[in-house]
Order: sequence, then C-alpha cells, then structure tokens
Amino acid sequence: MTAPAQDGYQDGNALAGPLGELFAVDLTVAECRCAGCGLAGPVASLRLYGPAPGLVARCPGCEEVVLRLVRGPGSAWLDLRGAVTLRIPLGSEDAF
Amino acid sequence: MRRLAWRVAELTAIREETPTARTLVLRVPGWPGHLAGQHVDVRLTAEDGYSTQRSYSLAGPSDGEHVELTVQRVPGGEVSPYLTEVMEVGDQVELRGPVGGWFVWEPAAKTPVLLVAGGAGVVPLMAMIRARRTAGSRAPFRLVYSLRDPGQAYYADELRHPDPGLDVTRVYTRTAPDGFARRPGRLTAADLAGSGRPPEYEPDCYVCGPTGFVEKAAELLVSLGHEPGRIRTERFGPTGG
Amino acid sequence: MAIISRGFRGRAREGGGKLPPGQYLTDDFPVLSAGPTPRVDTDRWEFTVETESGQAHRWSWAELLALPYETPTVDIHCVTKWSKLGTTWRGVSLDVLLEDVESAADYALVHSYGGYTTNLPLEDLLDGKAWIAYRYEGEEITPAHGGPARLLVPHLYFWKSAKWVRGIRLLDEDWPGFWETAGYHDYGDPWREQRYQDD
Ligand SMILES: Cc1cc2nc3c(=O)[nH]c(=O)nc-3n(C[C@H](O)[C@H](O)[C@H](O)COP(=O)(O)OP(=O)(O)OC[C@H]3O[C@@H](n4cnc5c(N)ncnc54)[C@H](O)[C@@H]3O)c2cc1C
Ligand SMILES: [Zn+2]
Repeated sequence: MTAPAQDGYQDGNALAGPLGELFAVDLTVAECRCAGCGLAGPVASLRLYGPAPGLVARCPGCEEVVLRLVRGPGSAWLDLRGAVTLRIPLGSEDAF
Repeated sequence: MRRLAWRVAELTAIREETPTARTLVLRVPGWPGHLAGQHVDVRLTAEDGYSTQRSYSLAGPSDGEHVELTVQRVPGGEVSPYLTEVMEVGDQVELRGPVGGWFVWEPAAKTPVLLVAGGAGVVPLMAMIRARRTAGSRAPFRLVYSLRDPGQAYYADELRHPDPGLDVTRVYTRTAPDGFARRPGRLTAADLAGSGRPPEYEPDCYVCGPTGFVEKAAELLVSLGHEPGRIRTERFGPTGG
Repeated sequence: MAIISRGFRGRAREGGGKLPPGQYLTDDFPVLSAGPTPRVDTDRWEFTVETESGQAHRWSWAELLALPYETPTVDIHCVTKWSKLGTTWRGVSLDVLLEDVESAADYALVHSYGGYTTNLPLEDLLDGKAWIAYRYEGEEITPAHGGPARLLVPHLYFWKSAKWVRGIRLLDEDWPGFWETAGYHDYGDPWREQRYQDD
C-alpha cells in the first residue's frame, strides 16, 4: 500500500478548493515567490502534500515549505511564511 | 464574488467507461458554469458523521445544472470504490466548485495545444476537447493518451472519430490491440515528438495523470525543447487512476 | 450540516473500548506525508541531544544499536482519527539516552532529517514513555514509516512520534514544532482529544 513516497504529492491546483473556502479570489493562479530560493511561479505549480494532518505546499525548486493550511472544525490556519509575496491577478478593468 | 461553499449534488445518470471506471452525471442546482480543466472537491459523509473529501476533474463543459465526472476505481481506495460501485442514481453527495483557474483551457485561445494523458488523467483533457468542439474552436489539438491496454480506454467512441483538427495518439503500456504498430511500453520522447506540435509550434502543453506519469511526461517535454513555462500539470496523486 | 451519502462507510472501522474518543480502528498502517521522504544512510546517520547550555551528545548508528533495547507493544493514535492496536517496536528508551545528560530543561524540541519538528514536555520523554525506535514488527522501519529511526511516544497523538528523527534540543521554554505552529494542539493527548489548539 505504501506508494513510492516521491510520488506522494499533487499539484498546487488541488489547493483551489481549500483556499476557495477562505478567499474570494483564486489564489492558485497567483504568482508566489519562495522565501527559500527566490523561485517565482503560480501557487498551482507548488508540490502539494497532504491533505492530512494538513496541506503542505513546497517549492518545486528547493522543496522548502511555502504554504501550510490546516482545517479544524471551527477554524482554518494558514501559514504563508515561505512565500515572500503573492502577486494576485485582478484583471485590468477592475478599478483601484 | 463569494467564498466557496458546499453544494448538494444528485446523481442523475451513470455511463460505464471501462469495467473499472464510470462517468457520473450530477445535477447541481445553481451551478455557475466552469472552464475546461477545472475540478470539484467531493465530500462524502457516513451515517456516523465520518467524512472525507477528494478532488475530481470536470469531464465536460457544463450543461446547465448538469456536470460530469469520470472516476477510476482505485483498489483499496476509500472514495473511488464508493463512487464507482455503490452510488446509485438518486443518491446525493456534496460538492464544491468549480475550482482551479490554472489548469484550464480558454475557448478563445488560438494557440496549438498538446494534451498528454496518463490513465484517468484524460478526464480534464477530454473536457478541453469537448469545450473546443462546443466553442467551434479551430485551435490545433493533439492528444497523446497513455493507457495500460485497449480495455482501459475512456470515451472510446468519441475518440475513435476525432473532431477535425484533433489528432489522437494512443500509447499502450502493457497490451496493444492486434496489428498496432507501436510495441507496448512506457511513454517515450518519440511518442510526444511524433506527428506535429513540435516545440517550435510553441504549443500549450497540458499534462495530467498519476504523479509518477506526469513527472516523467513533463521531463520528456522539457527534454524535447518545450519551454517549462508552457507546460501545465495536474498530478492526481500516487495512484489517481 | 453535511448531508449523508447513502451507503458510504469510509474505510472499515470499528470502535472498541481501547480507543480514545473519536478514533477508528485500522489494520493497515497509513502513511501521511508533509514532504518528500528522506533517505538516510545509516553510515551517515547520527542522533544528537543538545542541552539548554549548548552541550551536545552524539550517537552513531552503531552506537545506538549497541545500547540496551526494549521491545514495547503499544497502541498508536493518529490525529487523523485512525488508531492501530498492539504494534511492536524495538528501540532504545530515552531514559537510557538521557541518563548522562545534564539538564534542568522543561521542554524538548525534536527535529528530523527533512526538517520536521515537534515539541513536548521533557517529562513526556522520560520514565519509560518514549523510545528511539529502529525496528517495527521484527523488521527494519521503512523510510515511509520513518526509518532508519523514529521517535516513539505512543501516549500522545502520533505526529509527536517524529519520523526520521535526528535529534532533540532541550529547552527552558516551550518551542512549538511543525504542526503545533499550524493549528494543532501543543500537547496532543488522545484521551482528552487534544487535536487542535484550544481543544
Ligand atoms: C485536482 C485533482 C483532480 C482529480 N481528478 C480525478 C478524476 O477526474 N478522476 C479520477 O479517477 N481521479 C481523479 N483524481 C484523484 C482522486 O482525487 C483520488 O485521489 C482517487 O480517486 C483515489 O481516491 P480514493 O479515496 O479511492 O483512494 P485513497 O483512499 O485516497 O487511497 C489511494 C491509495 O492509497 C492507499 N491508501 C491510502 N490510505 C490508506 C489507508 N489508510 N489504508 C490502506 N490503504 C490506503 C489505497 O489502498 C489506495 O491504493 C484527481 C485528483 C486531483 C488532485
Ligand atoms: Zn524555493
């Protein structure tokens, strides 16, 4: 039953549901920059481990943790310490 | 815009794709529509309150309140055996979505497209093929579909006579049909390089399937000269069909 | 309120008096991962204990194996709600490893190859409650299950039983680990169902 552990991840795409529960914009299309190695890419391209005990998204460049999300009964815990920035596309016609 | 919430979906029809995979047609009141490549999270709850959830790709463009999923049964799995063997027309599940704005194909796109599927990974790619048809798009499409043997083919009738401008290459890993030129074996660079869509065409590449397959296929595409930025992946996990 | 999916049971599970609240019995040994599985060669492996004053104690693989071992048979309880009863391990008690370590620390931060950490009060590692385990059911512990060696503290939720254990830092102050900084309970007693913070 133990699959080769190196295969044990999904793409950050799969964060779309769990993050969609928290945010009104789709954060998986946001570009994030890894605090470990500086690599930038969409949240969708992170390597996602979990879902239990929590979702852990790692940088495809250096394997450091970029984002963690734990969903408890009445709260969600979101840790973005491994991301320097998130650049969130909002569409050009949106006023600011 | 609203935050995502669970919706109740009712199974209205079942289509057997293979002995171990089936398409579920679900009616979801208030479904907002979606793009090809997006997925939903499905949540199952047992009578004693135990609950678990998994992601499934949307298999086709939305049709009003109806959406389709195709699920491969994973032996020993918790959710896929329920969806493929136990669930009956009239049963309900919870579902949230559509989600995932990255692994999507926009019907207005004119760029050539290379789709690479391993097993159940064909599901969101089929949604792209169907969306192309619905939109009357002329974007050149090529599907490279890796499967164990002919009996594992999803959407067999529909892919037997592909739409104009869609080229389908099958790669059998274990057993090929009689008279099939390619010897059974894992996906190679030659399979991906074959007929059309060379890297110079700069196709948008969508790769989907079990994690090991996607890893390998994406590596082959890069080795062929496809720019990593044009390769989008959807890894279903270690088994994932 | 969730709707019930007719006929859905999830993975086979039964209660039983030996289970903490909210737990289900499993016969397999599920693997949960938060990252790639480290492959640690026993030639390079070492285990360190570092005290609050900065003093370090080290054991190589051969040194660990040369220490007196125990073969505890224990029940394990994962915070994701599965429990497994009567698992047998072989390992060195932390009482043995900490015997000659001078420390007045109250807390321990366990760290692993691959970067994982978890915290617990030092007293929870003592008095026959914890081991550095290197065999499971008579076999070497596979990398997926934390081999070559993992911490075994079965009276707490299993995330405290750090896989690929590399060392322990003894600290005067509690320093929350990987899951403890992301919503999970600081202590994690399954019998009091301390899953999340504030439970
Ligand atoms: C974005 C996305 C889209 C997807 N789209 C599709 C799709 O369109 N179609 C599709 O078929 N799949 C799809 N998948 C995969 C799907 O989400 C599930 O992973 C798949 O259906 C397997 O789920 P399961 O509950 O049946 O298996 P799981 O219970 O998750 O188990 C998977 C494997 O691990 C073993 N295992 C895990 N835990 C235990 C345990 N405690 N005890 C024993 N064995 C265990 C099982 O034996 C099995 O072999 C998608 C995944 C993602 C991330
Ligand atoms: Zn990085």
